[in-house]
Amino acid sequence: MLKYLYADQLEDYPKLRDTMFRDRADQFRDRLEWDVSVDDEGHERDEYDDLNPLYVIWQRADGTHGGSMRFLPTAEACMVNDHFLDLTDGVRIESPLIWECTRFCLARGAAPSVAAALMLAGGEILEGFGIRHLVGVFDARMVRIYRRIGASPTVLGSSGQGRNAISVGLWEFSRDAQAKVAEQAGISVELSRMWFEQAFGTIDAPLALTA
Amino acid sequence: MTPGVETILEDLEHATGVEDLQQVIQALRDHFGVDHMVYHWVNSDGDQYGCGTYSDAWVARYLEKDYLKIDPVVYGCYQRFHPVDWKRLDWSSRAVRQFQVDAIEHGVGNQGYSVPVRGPNGQFAMFTVSHNAEDDAWAAFAETNRRDLILIAYFFNQKALEFEPGRRPEQTPSLSPREVEAMTFLAIGYSRAQVAQTLSISEHTLRVYIESARFKLGAQNTTHAVARAISRGLIVV
Repeated sequence: MLKYLYADQLEDYPKLRDTMFRDRADQFRDRLEWDVSVDDEGHERDEYDDLNPLYVIWQRADGTHGGSMRFLPTAEACMVNDHFLDLTDGVRIESPLIWECTRFCLARGAAPSVAAALMLAGGEILEGFGIRHLVGVFDARMVRIYRRIGASPTVLGSSGQGRNAISVGLWEFSRDAQAKVAEQAGISVELSRMWFEQAFGTIDAPLALTA
Repeated sequence: MTPGVETILEDLEHATGVEDLQQVIQALRDHFGVDHMVYHWVNSDGDQYGCGTYSDAWVARYLEKDYLKIDPVVYGCYQRFHPVDWKRLDWSSRAVRQFQVDAIEHGVGNQGYSVPVRGPNGQFAMFTVSHNAEDDAWAAFAETNRRDLILIAYFFNQKALEFEPGRRPEQTPSLSPREVEAMTFLAIGYSRAQVAQTLSISEHTLRVYIESARFKLGAQNTTHAVARAISRGLIVV
């Protein structure tokens, strides 16, 4: 299922948290060979994890991490503006209506449907919070995966070659894309919405009658 | 007839103290036609400030009862950055239900929408609109106005940050050369499609540049952003 958790809520899910940060070490240090920091516990963490970001995590039936991504508003300190200005034509993308989406991670062997589920969650955030755009940082392999699941971003810029390439891209919400991605994820739009409401509350219940 | 948001945002831009913010928030409350609008912030030293339209009786009651400790809106916004419709919050405990009854009796309204803002060095703020309305009418209001309210929350916070002790005067926000080009072509009347084509970027990319420039310029919409860029001398047409 999809979990939406701020960093300060992760302590309630130690297994999910530990496997997420270990899978990030596996993806970003071991497989992609990015210059990232891994701590004594084998967790890949950076300074943005300390800013109480919002994580969207695919939680497997056994409680472990299947895939995840990390959100911060671009109106605050964030990765695209601190590290990737060369890929955005020098434009500091800065607005509370634009959130960045970084550290897109899939556990080793995760099915493409997990990536689709995460993109579905991106759509919930856009629609649910009135956010207009997501700006994401992703590796070369993800370009193919995004295309396959029907959620190709508008690529602003890329650096590096082949499998080492890093790109910055943009997403907006579209009902058509949502339907395609839901099909790829094997999750109905209704179920996805229910997970979002489990995390952030439901709008339908009459005020003061929520038991 | 209430002044337009653009005029009110100009007043916000020129605010030099909390008293000015109070004028601005009253004008915005009238403009949006809601019962209340409140902006509350805690600076990096932990000092609290506020402006807004709640009655003095309610503010005194809130402090006297120490409602800060149980207010689900505060709980739902602290350390967060997503906006919340009050309906999504947990009002189920007995103490919280009593708090809500008290709030409604003091004219706060049965509906609300709050935007948390996190500034640098632990500064944080909450911007809230509240109103007495049926669920459907409120849902329609929130859907129509939420993006404007989010932007206004951040505009207030940028202003509040200028009041931080020891802070140097704010520099005019700069636009990158790409944003300057985009705003310049819009200023001389190019359509978005023409601007995108001229700059060899997608219209999606252009929409992001404009959204970002609008925020940096404290503007309500694209036309307002262009006007501000001209008046600040950031673009020349």
